[in-house]
Amino acid sequence: MLSIFTVFADWFAFQLLSLTPDTKLGDSVHFFVEDVTKIYALLVIMIYTIALFRATLNVERVRNFLVGKHRVYGYVFGSAFGAITPFCSCSSIPVFLGFTSAGIPIGITLSFLLTSPLINEVALILLLSLLGWKFTVIYVAVGMLVGILGGAFLDAIRAERWLQSFAAKALQQGQQAPQANTTESGAGSTRLTLRARHQFAQSEALDIFGRVWKWVLLGVGLGALLHGYVPDGWIEQHLGDGQWWSVPSAVLLAIPLYSNVTGIIPVMESLLIHGLPIGTTLAFCMSTVAASFPEFILLKQVMQWRLLATVFAMLLVSFTLVGWLFNLIAVYL
Amino acid sequence: MQDIKVLGSGCAKCEKTASLIEKLAQEQGASVTVEKETRPEALITYGVMRTPAVVIDGQLVHSGGIPATTDIVSWFKQN
Repeated sequence: MLSIFTVFADWFAFQLLSLTPDTKLGDSVHFFVEDVTKIYALLVIMIYTIALFRATLNVERVRNFLVGKHRVYGYVFGSAFGAITPFCSCSSIPVFLGFTSAGIPIGITLSFLLTSPLINEVALILLLSLLGWKFTVIYVAVGMLVGILGGAFLDAIRAERWLQSFAAKALQQGQQAPQANTTESGAGSTRLTLRARHQFAQSEALDIFGRVWKWVLLGVGLGALLHGYVPDGWIEQHLGDGQWWSVPSAVLLAIPLYSNVTGIIPVMESLLIHGLPIGTTLAFCMSTVAASFPEFILLKQVMQWRLLATVFAMLLVSFTLVGWLFNLIAVYL
Repeated sequence: MQDIKVLGSGCAKCEKTASLIEKLAQEQGASVTVEKETRPEALITYGVMRTPAVVIDGQLVHSGGIPATTDIVSWFKQN
């Protein structure tokens, strides 16, 4: 079914623009046209379809579910909900405070917030269509595991000590009266008419597409450049053995780069095609998405520097370990 | 005079919400003051988890996304 996009790209690059296949320009343009049209079509259809089902899920309901959960379930569910709710950096502060003032432990809240930018339905659609189901399963498992273990680690070191004082106070009050905050503020009805679902799905599709279309262009553009202009075999020759230093370097290199997950997946595709080992690719891309300064500066409103730095360092270490691990086991995958 | 606060940490949608309310208030001749509230503490006070949110005279009336025009007009007290 997805081959219509290849056919379209063939026609566009080689007939309409009369480029020659197997040249740098021809390859780049073909890659770009195929991926952009495919991704745009999939995004609109899939976001709409998923939103039909997700219409009654909102952050208030997630919070009510997580209140009072046993910690272990809390980390797992926190991370899982982080994966299925769409992420927007402007919502991280309200969600953080909403969870915290309901008395949810800081680790569970961060399981949610760490997984959220890494995994969402847009990422899934792109991973499945560009990189196949096996890579998708690996990516999702790693993303959730980073959220779950990260959350557990932060609770273990009692990270709540390093919240800003008003947030710490809200957490304390929430834990003393955990039900008080959750009973009011209606989480909305669980039943919606088909019409209401359609309206929600339509506005979600427009909203999310409006947010991510430029990331797709940017990501696919970069991927296409890599595809056409990085000499064949260069990456494989220099980084292909998963040299140990290449993983931490990739993680550090990714810090100043800032991209939405939507923009990074086409780049992952291109890097993998060129023979960058899977671990290095994962480490680089997850670091680009999750360890970004703009996000972290936002969180400064609710966290002290010490906690912020701890979370940041924790992410860098996690992604490095993920990279090493997957480079080691790559032969068995 | 209604005291309207738009809660949210200065994201594009919060700006749009505030200016939309101001514009509609002017058209309808409603007497309101619109103020943007960016302090995170305010989110806890009103129990808001999705921004932009709108608070009128201390009451939360809307949360999450830019409100619909018809909703905004219905919030204004008729003079």
